[in-house]
Amino acid sequence: MKNNASSLAFSEEQALSNLHRFLPKQNPLKDFIYQNTLASFESEPFHKALEHASTLFGYKTYMHIEEYRELYDQGRIKPDMLRRSIRAYTGKSNVEELESHLLHQKYLAEFKPRLGQLYQLWTTKYLYNLAKRVHSLLFRFVSSYIDQGVAMRKFPLTDGSFIEAVRELEAHSGWFGMLSSKRAKTLLQDKDKTLADLLHILVGDEAYYEQYLIDQQFGHPGWSGMVAVLEKNPSSLLDRREISLRDFIFFELLMEINALDQHFGEGKWQPLASVIPEANIKPFFAPIEHQIFFEALAIWQEAYEWSFFDQVLFGLTQPLPPQNFDPSSHRYDFQGIFCIDERECSLRRYVEEMANAQTFGAAGFFNVAFYFQPKDSKFLAKSCPPPVTPIHVVRETYAPEHHHKRDTHFSQESKNLVYGWAISHAMGWLSAIRLAVNIFKPTETPALVSSFKHMDKESRIQFENRKLEESKDGLKLGFTIAEMADRMETLLKCIGLTRNFAPIVYIIGHGASNVNNPHYTAYGCGACSGQTGSVNARVAAAMANKPEVRAILAQRGVVIPDSTEFVGALHDTTRDEMEFYDDEYLDDINSKAHQQHQKILAKALAYNAKERSRRFLLMNSNRSPEAIHEDVKLRSLSLFEPRSEWDHASNAMCIVARRRTTKHLFLDRRSFLHSYDFEQDPKGTYLLAILRAVVPVCGGINLQYYFSANDQYRFGAGSKLPHNVIGLVGVANGIDGDLRTGLPQQALDIHEPLRLMLVVEHYPELVLDLLKQDMPIRDLMGRAWLHFVVVDPRDRRVYQYGSDYEWHEYLPLTTSLPVTNDLASLTASSSESLPVYWIETKKQETARPS
Amino acid sequence: MDINYLIISFVFLPLAGCLLLLFFNEKAETLIANTALYAVGLTFFSLLAFVVYWGLSEKFIPLNIKELVLYESESYIFLIDFYMDFAAVTYLLVGAFLTFLIIRYSHYYMHLEPGYKRFFTVILFFYTSYNFTVLAGNFETLFAGWEMLGISSFLLVSFYRERYLPVRNAVKVFSIYRIGDVGIILAMWASHHFWHENITFSRLSDTAFVNEHIAQHNLEALFIAICILVAASAKSAQFPFSSWVARAMEGPTPSSAIFYGSLSIHFGVYLLIRTMPFWEQQTIARILIGAVGLITAIVGYQTARVQPTIKTQIAYASVAQIGLMFIEIALGFKTLALLHLVGNAFLRTYQLLVSPSVVSYLIREQFYHFVKRNDHQAFIFGKKFHYALYLLSLREFYLDFLMTSYIFRPFKKIGSQLNFITYRNVFFYFVPSYLLGWVFWFYKSALPLALLPFIPIGLGLIALLVIMRAFSERRYPVHAWLLVILGHFWIALAVIYNETFTAKELIWYLSGVVLSGFFGWLCLVYLRKRESPYFNLYQYQGHSKEYPYLTWVFLACNLGLMGFPITTTFIGEDLIFGHVHQEQLVLAFCLASSYVIGGIALIRIFARLFLGIHAKTHQEAPLQSF
Repeated sequence: MKNNASSLAFSEEQALSNLHRFLPKQNPLKDFIYQNTLASFESEPFHKALEHASTLFGYKTYMHIEEYRELYDQGRIKPDMLRRSIRAYTGKSNVEELESHLLHQKYLAEFKPRLGQLYQLWTTKYLYNLAKRVHSLLFRFVSSYIDQGVAMRKFPLTDGSFIEAVRELEAHSGWFGMLSSKRAKTLLQDKDKTLADLLHILVGDEAYYEQYLIDQQFGHPGWSGMVAVLEKNPSSLLDRREISLRDFIFFELLMEINALDQHFGEGKWQPLASVIPEANIKPFFAPIEHQIFFEALAIWQEAYEWSFFDQVLFGLTQPLPPQNFDPSSHRYDFQGIFCIDERECSLRRYVEEMANAQTFGAAGFFNVAFYFQPKDSKFLAKSCPPPVTPIHVVRETYAPEHHHKRDTHFSQESKNLVYGWAISHAMGWLSAIRLAVNIFKPTETPALVSSFKHMDKESRIQFENRKLEESKDGLKLGFTIAEMADRMETLLKCIGLTRNFAPIVYIIGHGASNVNNPHYTAYGCGACSGQTGSVNARVAAAMANKPEVRAILAQRGVVIPDSTEFVGALHDTTRDEMEFYDDEYLDDINSKAHQQHQKILAKALAYNAKERSRRFLLMNSNRSPEAIHEDVKLRSLSLFEPRSEWDHASNAMCIVARRRTTKHLFLDRRSFLHSYDFEQDPKGTYLLAILRAVVPVCGGINLQYYFSANDQYRFGAGSKLPHNVIGLVGVANGIDGDLRTGLPQQALDIHEPLRLMLVVEHYPELVLDLLKQDMPIRDLMGRAWLHFVVVDPRDRRVYQYGSDYEWHEYLPLTTSLPVTNDLASLTASSSESLPVYWIETKKQETARPS
Repeated sequence: MDINYLIISFVFLPLAGCLLLLFFNEKAETLIANTALYAVGLTFFSLLAFVVYWGLSEKFIPLNIKELVLYESESYIFLIDFYMDFAAVTYLLVGAFLTFLIIRYSHYYMHLEPGYKRFFTVILFFYTSYNFTVLAGNFETLFAGWEMLGISSFLLVSFYRERYLPVRNAVKVFSIYRIGDVGIILAMWASHHFWHENITFSRLSDTAFVNEHIAQHNLEALFIAICILVAASAKSAQFPFSSWVARAMEGPTPSSAIFYGSLSIHFGVYLLIRTMPFWEQQTIARILIGAVGLITAIVGYQTARVQPTIKTQIAYASVAQIGLMFIEIALGFKTLALLHLVGNAFLRTYQLLVSPSVVSYLIREQFYHFVKRNDHQAFIFGKKFHYALYLLSLREFYLDFLMTSYIFRPFKKIGSQLNFITYRNVFFYFVPSYLLGWVFWFYKSALPLALLPFIPIGLGLIALLVIMRAFSERRYPVHAWLLVILGHFWIALAVIYNETFTAKELIWYLSGVVLSGFFGWLCLVYLRKRESPYFNLYQYQGHSKEYPYLTWVFLACNLGLMGFPITTTFIGEDLIFGHVHQEQLVLAFCLASSYVIGGIALIRIFARLFLGIHAKTHQEAPLQSF
């Protein structure tokens, strides 16, 4: 085969930028950010991109065809939906033949990816396992350089860049250097050498340089990706390092030359080009040939997704149950603003059911973006969605106890020789007792990550900027009154809470508690960059309580009565516990009412815990909510519990609408819920703001889950049970392995890989116009990286956004929903994911779907 | 009640649990975990009952129990013998306590993990071998337990058998264990001649008896002591074998914690304590033990402090502490060493179990206490020393590299020089020459007397070469398999030249070889027929994915052929050594090496064919670097 790449010259810059584009972009563990794993393919339509990525890199981008067939047999994929998907995908009306293929044919697919063709020649043609020689040492050197605090004795030179440190170390370490071949040593010290010079020795033919680098770097995507991230964003390490992908590759190429020189003798081996002609290498970026197999997968995936979404959309097309009170004058006892997080979905349902209360959903940073600086901390913690760069700092000015409890088990002295001896004698027995206690009765240890410790209830925070000149690191210390008013106005108008305020409005952030979990930041609030949302909730509530702010808000049409007070709170999604901030300042009447609300909320939390427990397989859900709640709490403390909670595992859709639109539908904690009242936003100004916040955050979460679940080897981190913590930045299997990116298997067991369906309640024509103002979001929807549906509030018809960037009316195949009036026994009855139910409450006897 | 039954129950309860698990459904998690928990819990309970009874009625006087005679002739007896003393009870208690906790822990931790049942089965198998080894009253029993520990370790390290690194490291760990086994085999062989009887450990406590023998055979005594030290060092990851323990951290964290943090790793210390009365009187042996401990303590500590991964760090910290235990033992502080090891076992188990928490803990610490370090401090011994020591420690003092290049690679090199031994000419050269060997033996009296002493050595060397050839074979698994079988036959031939090796003994030795060799061959031929493009030893093939049952059958055959205590060959091996004369050190060494290399060659065949990345699937296959 003639290689059409042979005319191309190698450009180092181009090659590096391509690598930066395709390598996984996962931050160090301390800030896990959800994002589309295949973001580098977003310029293509979803299914095309998946086939493309799969062909190039060997990723598995769909479920197994057998798994789809199994779902079909179980009735989870509906036959008529499969036929509809075939029609939609092929454009043909004759579906029988393809349908029978999908159901029965054994597909022969060529799975051999483009990746690895060149690199494997070392093994097949040179009979030398180069990766085995190079990888583990390379990882060890680079992880020692990056290490944030595992090693007791650190890498000797971390002031300068990686390659400078390597040069200096190599020059002054005599016999024990990292390289042993003279040639490699000389090349290392020569600062003028380029990647091309080294590739000339290894590969020999310029046409293959870039492809070789891709093979090499994707042989260990974890470390390469980490280096790429640290190059672009050095501040993601607290103890910063200067390392670039180019330097890393330079060093790896040298190690390869070194290994080959050692094995075959210096200069006694030929570059790869000598064996390439006989190997029939396919150029990496050459156009791919479409395979019928991927068409089958795409159709199955569509059918799978719409079989579920169809039920939801049917529910949304039904007339809303009438409200037996006047919404404009009804006095609620309290209102609660929760995070949009799908984990709050069920709790809100219980709160509404148990109290005369109204709930809202908003992105969990509550429109106040800042860096939080806890007392005595040396650094700042970002507390807003990942794409936002805050310009404010909120400081903790007083904290009752020191944030950090020590534990000798993590101490470096315990690994020392003499101390270690003493500690073995003194602490060994203590460890045994601790272990036994934790196994039979889990209790709190210093290893616990607790959302309640993020900011103590008793602590004081400074969020107001009184004197404008105060600033630090170029950041503003606290917000001015005008800034506060802007933020509160947007928050309240987005969710449609502009009138009819209850006496108490709770703003409830969320966080998680767990132990033995290196991925702990993945469990926090996605809208707070993985942090706990308590500070944001507290700050937002305090802002809304300021009379000066209220005065400005009143001018802008949001009149908050003096009797209304806001209270910041924190919901721990693992333990189902709540803490309230500054509630001691409530006036007497509200204070009394607050006591009552706390009781109701505690009950709601217990019921929520019970509902969650149905998905914890080793737990008996048929007990009293209180008993189950106690067991659920223990999960956060148990060293042996790799699934303290299910995190976002059940995410499948995001609904931006009035609560009234979804209240009567049982969505099984599968939906992000953002409150939005189209009537209050006729021009859609706030809708656009919501979409800009929701699409990257929820879409990122959803696609990270989708890909991690479909390929646990390349996209996901695999089982977390053998994970070993490397330098505090990542995890690997064992001691020699590459860093594992993505979500671990234990976060995914119950996940069903569906793309997100985003539903908005507004006039379709208006939404269509709005989308034109934000091309990236529009493209993402047009290319179907998420499904976009609009519900027309006038006639309750639903429209689906098509690849032609136009609306197409969606006609549900579902003709009725099962009805329930006993959610408690429904949820206790099964540990599987449930279909959509129509909830019939006592208040809504009349609302029964056709 | 006879106290013997109680002691036997320490081995049989976990074994019964282990066998029972085989009948359970993979999905029945709670049943599996609870059965394991009850098996270990009952053992723990009966152990406690025993300790109370033993303390009250016998005042902790050591017990020796001849449990089972497996083979007996006029000159030779093979028996399973148990010995119970304070050290044994300490080990048993620590083992029962930790295993009980770990099983309870894993009930939840392993939830939904593929291989759930396999995990618990192997843990129980490990626990059986642990108790068996601790209770061993003579070298033969100890060796049986020792081998079982080795294989259970292999199975746990390679728990994630579909990936590359766990399997490679499992083979590595197994190989180093095998080196330790040479120590035990040679110590067994030398002590046959040294004591002129099947010595039990309880006899060793008879100081006068021991001293008398040592005074007579000074050098032999030292040889035995060194063999024991080699075995102990390999098992406890002492210098120069330290590198395996970090590489063994591939299984789920609890199994790493129990194995390499606490129980398995302290067996070297146990062996030394067990044989203490024997080497206590030998100053040179004590100096050697102390020196190994000291070097390990320094190397281990230096390595531990520079490692950027948490499990490596804990592993080496533990190894360094065991180095200190060796020193304590060498100095004669047995009780201190026992206390030390209990503390160390508990501490490291806990540290490994909470190791995932280190991220949040240390990042919080960094968040509140970070001080930017100054790189340019003055170095006491100069920059060069500082850098060199850092790099040396980071690379674990090249120990892993030294193991492969100076111990295993030479064998492989020699083996690959023997490429002329191919599939076909085995029949042309080796089978006829082998038969010729028998013919000569028949007319032994006609051979020149001067030649006679060299014949067994020559034959032993041939056996070793054949085995080395099997070790280096990369293409044909069946070939390698047959070569190992052939090696056994040559060994048998070498020994019969020595003296009257009865037909009965020969049958004991070869029956296991033939039986497991034949069934293993069937497995291989079957697999070759089904999967001919994926049937070589160049790379891992991962056939366990599609042939789970064949995997177990072949593993059993593999173990049988290896001389694992499931066939008569295990006893046969011992018989063979019984016939190697005291002055035939070369022959003994040849045979011992054949067992070691043969064992590694066999486990390699198993690993390459059945474990590792599945060669047939390109999608959803892990990268080599995982």
